[in-house]
Amino acid sequence: MTGDSVFFSRVLTETTLTFHIIYATLGVGVPLMIMIAQWIGIKKNDQYYILLARRWTRGFVITVAVGVVTGTAIGLQLSLLWPNFMVLAGNVIALPLFMETFAFFFEAIFLGIYLYTWDRFENQKKHLLLLIPVAIGASFSAVFITIVNSFMNAPQGFDLINGQLENVNPIMAMFNPAMPTKVAHVVVTAYMTSAFVLASIAAFRLATGSKHVYHKKALLLTMKLGLVFSIATAIIGDFSGKYLAEYQPEKLAAAEWHFETSSEAPLLMYGILDENNEVKYAIEIPFALSILAHWWPSAVVTGLDQFPPDEIPPLYIHYLFDTMVTIGIGLLLLSLIYWFGVKRGWSFVHSKLFLWFAVLSGPLAMIAIEAGWWLAEVGRQPWILRGIMRTADAATTNPNVDLMLVLFSILYIILGIGTIIVMIRMFKRNPIEKELADREIEKGGMLK
Amino acid sequence: MNLEIIGISVLMAFLFGYIMVGAIDFGASFFNAYSLIIEKEHILTNIIQRYLSPVWEVTNVFLVFFFVGIVGFFPQTAFYYGTTLLIPVSIGIVLLAIRGSYYAFETYGNRGHKGYAFIYGLSGLFLPASLSIVLTISEGGYIYIKDGKPILDYWVLFTEPLTWSVVLLSITAVLYISAVFLTWYANKAGDKEATRLMRKYALIWALPLIITAAGIIVELKGHNPEHFDNIMNLWWMFAISFILWCMTVYLLWQRRNYGEAFLLLVAQFALAFYGYGISHYPYLLYPHLTIYDGFTNEAMAISLIIAFILGFCLLVPSLYLLLRLFLFSKKYVSGK
Ligand code: HDD
Ligand code: HEM
Ligand code: HEM
Repeated sequence: MTGDSVFFSRVLTETTLTFHIIYATLGVGVPLMIMIAQWIGIKKNDQYYILLARRWTRGFVITVAVGVVTGTAIGLQLSLLWPNFMVLAGNVIALPLFMETFAFFFEAIFLGIYLYTWDRFENQKKHLLLLIPVAIGASFSAVFITIVNSFMNAPQGFDLINGQLENVNPIMAMFNPAMPTKVAHVVVTAYMTSAFVLASIAAFRLATGSKHVYHKKALLLTMKLGLVFSIATAIIGDFSGKYLAEYQPEKLAAAEWHFETSSEAPLLMYGILDENNEVKYAIEIPFALSILAHWWPSAVVTGLDQFPPDEIPPLYIHYLFDTMVTIGIGLLLLSLIYWFGVKRGWSFVHSKLFLWFAVLSGPLAMIAIEAGWWLAEVGRQPWILRGIMRTADAATTNPNVDLMLVLFSILYIILGIGTIIVMIRMFKRNPIEKELADREIEKGGMLK
Repeated sequence: MNLEIIGISVLMAFLFGYIMVGAIDFGASFFNAYSLIIEKEHILTNIIQRYLSPVWEVTNVFLVFFFVGIVGFFPQTAFYYGTTLLIPVSIGIVLLAIRGSYYAFETYGNRGHKGYAFIYGLSGLFLPASLSIVLTISEGGYIYIKDGKPILDYWVLFTEPLTWSVVLLSITAVLYISAVFLTWYANKAGDKEATRLMRKYALIWALPLIITAAGIIVELKGHNPEHFDNIMNLWWMFAISFILWCMTVYLLWQRRNYGEAFLLLVAQFALAFYGYGISHYPYLLYPHLTIYDGFTNEAMAISLIIAFILGFCLLVPSLYLLLRLFLFSKKYVSGK
């Protein structure tokens, strides 16, 4: 019976988080993009960018609302599904969770004000100021919740003496070794993903026939931002690998199918694992794993042979790792080529084919986010708190989790479909050409 | 004053905040749906949407603050309440989702689907009902421990009259609070027709509120005599609360000072809520869990309180700004 509860609790947690992270990522990144667009608009006195900010905002509130709903669900589910974990977590890592609610407050209050004051300020700059707390609040929610998650990967800041918690130090718990790379990677990938999702929209309009300069400006801006954040992502991703090698070698070894401890370790890309745990069809990059893990080609990388079999995470995380890294490098190249192409006047970056690649960038970035989280979370198994508490011991004993799984699955399907329908309808009903015309009349032809 | 008391006071303050802003939100959605049915929506919808849409997220954060805070200050609650409340709280989440998605899909997206407004209105009644079950359960007698695992006895839960009285109270309170608030708000907006209608609703729900509230105290006598005795020791709080209720009703009746009427109502509920809370002391869950054995360690408690003070300094000016723009700005309220 409890075995079932564990299983269903895991599936429900995975479902809720996988769903929430879509909205959460956009919630973290999009306010920054809106801010940048509005700022450029004010600086260059270019109405197109202001309008860009305005239209992004309209879509953004819908994702925020669903993000709030799913976030509230996961927040409560943590206590409902993992009560034993939360008893321990509450004692040691409640501080960042608590601080997160202030970040939510801050964001929610100023978002409300920002939304309902578009035309109430004579001075656009004052209106832009309201967005700063929104962006800060959103990014800090990500920072705080990721600190909680990094604690799960590298718990510290307390002693367990005969099963009793002693010497709790909440600050030490927050500044654990996993925290710097994890927080940085999560925040930067949220910015990156948001930039590419917005790029997808502009690219889609251009690919389906629009020639409007509005979309061209939007695509160039978002691609540039995407490029900056993908470079940051790759660099911090490399540091994440070094963190893993040092503190969670079993996760890195499982992700890399690195079975035997060795120096001069090669990095395996792709490939499959047959039933005898033999790697087939993989591309081997000599020394690369040693470099990823410890900077030096000659460095020794711990393999799975150093761990008891029941503490090794599932080996399929290799595919997740490959997916994430491939998409990361791919999008970096895509945005680099686009930027270069626009600068140099290469015509093929305006071709239909290239634009369709740009349309794919948003969904791909979102897939990378999902793959990355699944890698991080599944790679921590069998632990919920690495080395201290197993996932199976943390789950609820309530026998009705399966029913709740059905209930929530239906809910998420409805919310997901609803989001898509409402977004499409909203922008179809009010296409950019129409809005531009409306505003031109309103503003007496201020538009250049 | 010890850390436990500070912790529970902070949580109670935010729970009270949620009850007030939540009740306005829930009740308003119900009146909105009701006015659709009786085809008077033109009277209410504008008023309601102008106030609710900008603040519903803030309302929700009050709830998030409470449940995150309680696990922080009293981690043991996660064990007792987390394990047993899976179904009622999950239903609550779904109801919250209906409300959140109404704002997302209807007010931000495109408005006008009647069925949606109707479900949204109903969720405004079911949500307080499902959340109030937590308060009922805290009275004890519903959760028993088997093999070290807490289990909620649904049969007892659904057959005890106390459960249903609390449900009734939560619904009447929601309707009364939001009607009084909206009377004031509509009056401020200079909307005579809406004021008249909301005043009528407020007066209709005033009496049922007092009757259900008194009924609960009577039922507690049978269900949890210890708690009942504690309430009797605090009789003066409830007596003042009752007088404040009379004053609110009087002002409404006289059609004047709607703003003061609402403030009196807040004071009335604050007294009743704190009277209830103080008499509940020291139990978080009768008879299993008190605020002392459920409390977190000292280091965490102190850092939470420091974080709270710092956060509060950020929060108060921001909330003030929000209220000034959407509640106290005559221009905004009247839709100019
Ligand atoms: C747009 C999304 C995205 C992209 C392109 C990348 N990542 Fe990533 N990665 C994430 C999104 C992400 C994430 C969702 O943010 C994760 C999941 C949990 C976390 O800490 O960050 C993550 C985790 C994560 C981890 C596991 C960290 C841990 O479990 O503690 C490593 C080692 C890397 N990444 C490394 C990389 C490398 C070398 C990349 C090369 C370009 C890369 N990531 C691209
Ligand atoms: C940031 C804070 C996070 C916390 C506190 C957290 C908490 C948890 C918990 C309690 C589990 C145990 C359940 C299990 O092992 O199945 C878990 C696993 C999992 N979480 Fe996270 N999670 C966090 C972030 C995320 C995010 C953002 C995702 C996004 C997709 C995610 C995806 C998963 C997945 C897929 C598992 C399942 C692993 C498995 O079943 O092997 N987590 N997480
Ligand atoms: C176990 C993990 C998580 C929990 C418990 C959680 C909790 C929550 C809650 C309770 C909300 C609703 C807040 C409100 O009412 O305004 C929310 C929304 C949000 N969360 Fe999550 N979250 C988790 C994972 C994440 C992650 C990993 C990120 C970022 C990478 C994130 C970023 C956000 C954002 C940006 C919002 C939108 C909030 C808003 O716009 O007001 N969350 N989350």
